[in-house]
Amino acid sequence: MSKAEGWRRRGPLLPALIFTIVITQLPFLVTIWYSMRNWNLLRPDGNQFNGLQNYVDIFRDSTFRSSAVNSIVITLGCVFFAMVLGIIFALLLDRKFRGQGVVRTMLITPFLIMPVAGATLWSISMLNPSFGLVNWVISLVGIPPVDWTSQHPIVSILMALVWQWTPFTMLLVLAGLQSQPKDVLEAAQIDGAGWTKTFFWVTLPQLRRYIELGVLLGTIYVVNTFDQIYLMTAGGPGTASANLPFYIYQRAFLGFDIGQAAAMGVVVVIATIIIATLALRLIFRSFDAKD
Amino acid sequence: MTTTITPPATAPVSAERKSREARRRFAGSSITTLTWLLAFVFFAPVIWLVMTAFKPESAAASNPPVFFFVPTFEQFEAVLANGAGAYFLNSLIATGLSTVLVIVLAVPASYALSIRPVKKTSDVLFFFISTKMLPVVAVIMPIYVIAGQIKVLDNIGTLVVLYTAMNLPIAVWMMRSFFQEVPAEVLEAASMDGAGLIKTLRTILIPMVTPGLAATALICVIFAWNEFFFALNLTAANAATVPVFLVSQMTSEGLFLAKLSAASVLASLPVVIAGWVAQKQLVRGLSMGAVK
Repeated sequence: MSKAEGWRRRGPLLPALIFTIVITQLPFLVTIWYSMRNWNLLRPDGNQFNGLQNYVDIFRDSTFRSSAVNSIVITLGCVFFAMVLGIIFALLLDRKFRGQGVVRTMLITPFLIMPVAGATLWSISMLNPSFGLVNWVISLVGIPPVDWTSQHPIVSILMALVWQWTPFTMLLVLAGLQSQPKDVLEAAQIDGAGWTKTFFWVTLPQLRRYIELGVLLGTIYVVNTFDQIYLMTAGGPGTASANLPFYIYQRAFLGFDIGQAAAMGVVVVIATIIIATLALRLIFRSFDAKD
Repeated sequence: MTTTITPPATAPVSAERKSREARRRFAGSSITTLTWLLAFVFFAPVIWLVMTAFKPESAAASNPPVFFFVPTFEQFEAVLANGAGAYFLNSLIATGLSTVLVIVLAVPASYALSIRPVKKTSDVLFFFISTKMLPVVAVIMPIYVIAGQIKVLDNIGTLVVLYTAMNLPIAVWMMRSFFQEVPAEVLEAASMDGAGLIKTLRTILIPMVTPGLAATALICVIFAWNEFFFALNLTAANAATVPVFLVSQMTSEGLFLAKLSAASVLASLPVVIAGWVAQKQLVRGLSMGAVK
């Protein structure tokens, strides 16, 4: 390939690539620089170089550790439950019945509701201890009222998140179901395979790439969850439900501890890159197999 | 579903077949009922939100909940009188401009990655998607400080740039998959006719992937319209968007549940309607971007 031809091929890619590098990577380099400074806006004498001290402090910070655990619990919990519900809904939708279109419309709506609106809806209208709809429903079967967001903050956040993300996994799985060749299903049925056998041996393996993709994209978005935590529990009670994005936000914008917050950001990015590289390489392998 | 086995024409077998048919029909209608029931439960919070928005404030936060009431537009009027218009305009500009920018950048890039692959295509794709893994909190401080120094805090342009960067990786992924559907012969014919990049894109490729383009744009619109974190930290009076307005409704003057619900309905409505209208594209977009 000649040099000119190479540039002609690469040319159209460059604007997007350069834009992405400038807007996402340069600020991160600055974050690394901040992370090595003793910089708290509340202390006028601050902002000197202090090497890796911020990183040492992070590993002594028990709130950082508990926020990391919360991040993992919230992300895995949400992706898992959203995927299971998504598969169930998709299977129910993947058959002809009266009102199919209406039901699909109803089921995708939570994904379209603004997350800020969804979070306030859940924390106030649904989960409020005195007039929330959830407590009224459970009172019908004799369960006493629960103060959801203060007694079970993580469960409350998960309810709102799973509700918001289930339509996303459902749409992905539904697309997978609709692209699955019908003759294989019929063949399985003629061979006398029952519903469960067909599902686990024929349908599920064919859905694998769609499920993997749902897990990947879901994780990318859910791990960054901020709106629901900010609005439903504010990370509380105390710091019981803070995840890493929320805790870093608190340190930066409420504690004005720029150096500490930057160092936490860097640690999170490194951890994410390690996990993501492993996960993506795995998924890319299954993607490349077909190319 | 047809069975390929022809049953012998004897009466008892045919009766058995009839009862099997009946059983299957019964199972089918119970699954349909179950589906409707689950969908209703899942959709109930939305119904409740809309109902609350039409209630007088006294009926909104009551125990036990009020299911029957005279609907009123009072809350919607109050929200609109509260200056919601300016926030909607900001959101419209930020969402619209960033989506246009994303498409303008993503179409040539994904073309380069799919039809005339550059070396290490999967590395470049990996790089794009990896930027989505960068937690936004890890870059918000430099962005805040830099934006302050070049005097673009509380500026819609800043949000447009950030939303473009936020959606570009997903758009490149999706568009690439749509371009890969285009048969290679079509492009060879175009290049033999001597058509350049712009002409090939405009006259051949774009028309062929219009549904995919619509799907990509819709996804970008959803994420940009709903974005809260950047808007919360980088805007104030001038450039604040709808999610920021919604939060201000909650914190500034205590809790007015019906009014908050009306504001939530108004805030969500544009994306909900767009998503309802373009469901088919949404399904296609999500799956194609994914798996091809």
